[in-house]
Amino acid sequence: MSGHVRPSGQDHTDLVPGFADPVHDAQASFRVILDAMAHPGRIEKLPVSLAAEPPTPLGVAAAAIALTLCDIDTPIWLDLPLARAWSYLAFHCGAPTAPSPTQARFAFVTDAAALPPLESFALGSDEYPDRSTTLVIEVVGLVAGRGMRLTGPGIRHDTWLSVAGLPARLSEERAALTELLPRGLDIILVSGMHLAALPRWTRVAL
Amino acid sequence: MHESGCAALDANTTQTSQNETRRGWLAILAKAELGELEDAWRVLAEKPAYRVLRRIETGLVMVRGRIGGTGQPFNLGEMTITRAAVQLIDGSGRATCAGFGHVAGRAPRKAELVALFDALLQDPARHAAISGALVAPLAEKQTAARLERAAKCAASKVDFLTMVRGE
Repeated sequence: MSGHVRPSGQDHTDLVPGFADPVHDAQASFRVILDAMAHPGRIEKLPVSLAAEPPTPLGVAAAAIALTLCDIDTPIWLDLPLARAWSYLAFHCGAPTAPSPTQARFAFVTDAAALPPLESFALGSDEYPDRSTTLVIEVVGLVAGRGMRLTGPGIRHDTWLSVAGLPARLSEERAALTELLPRGLDIILVSGMHLAALPRWTRVAL
Repeated sequence: MHESGCAALDANTTQTSQNETRRGWLAILAKAELGELEDAWRVLAEKPAYRVLRRIETGLVMVRGRIGGTGQPFNLGEMTITRAAVQLIDGSGRATCAGFGHVAGRAPRKAELVALFDALLQDPARHAAISGALVAPLAEKQTAARLERAAKCAASKVDFLTMVRGE
């Protein structure tokens, strides 16, 4: 190794491209995210592939959500393992850093066990319930047909979703937030190329 | 084996002075004619492999100014710019230096060339050659053009004498 000073974040050697076709890929991803939010618990597969692997540990679906939905108006909060993904998100989305979870419009989490309490994120206000954090959590696996029973808007009878790698306390904290509705948190669970949404109105029974 | 390092042209220079140096060559490249950059690219030995980090896009930026360099900044108006971000790929397929180009107007190819030369100039092994063959002559030409224009303007300058007004 030579003695070059390598200022981090200046030479951008770690940067990788985002969507291969930014406009159409973002539109296709938007449609899928919309469908996932409209049908809570339904596992959707990302219809596009990225031009390059996003920086680990940012998953492909999580990266696509960021590239599709985040811009200069959406402060992002990242959990500790995702710190390396900052330059990627800043470069492609132009999104600012949220100094605390409360100020985040999007929060990306890969270490679900270390997730801050849900109530520490932005929950919106009664006048503007949309001014809340959308939580994107990377989980180990998503399986339909068993696990949690989901009911509520967008679900005709019920739907079943099994999530591997989610701490038990999350369900309790989420249930505790239901009394604040319409304030609350929308959660998107991602696993590799797959995603499933748990909007704030969805009721979860274990 | 030579390590194709980026950014750090000299281990002793600080980040700030590196930024200043880079800003200098970016300004010169951005003001160059497309033909000049295209010619330099054509004669460039060992053209690097590269990939586009973000699609080259044209957009608007708000230009802000101050009258006489003092006073309150104001929005002068919007101008069209094109920006490009590329990344060089070395022989082993590893991504190395990233270069950025921001140029006035709708000029995707020019933005791409500026970004490419920016990336190459960050490579210590190639900096001197490109700086000498491209940046220095461009700088000279641009300075000469500016001085000529300034001289022409100076020739037609009118000095207004203002008498001290007695109130």
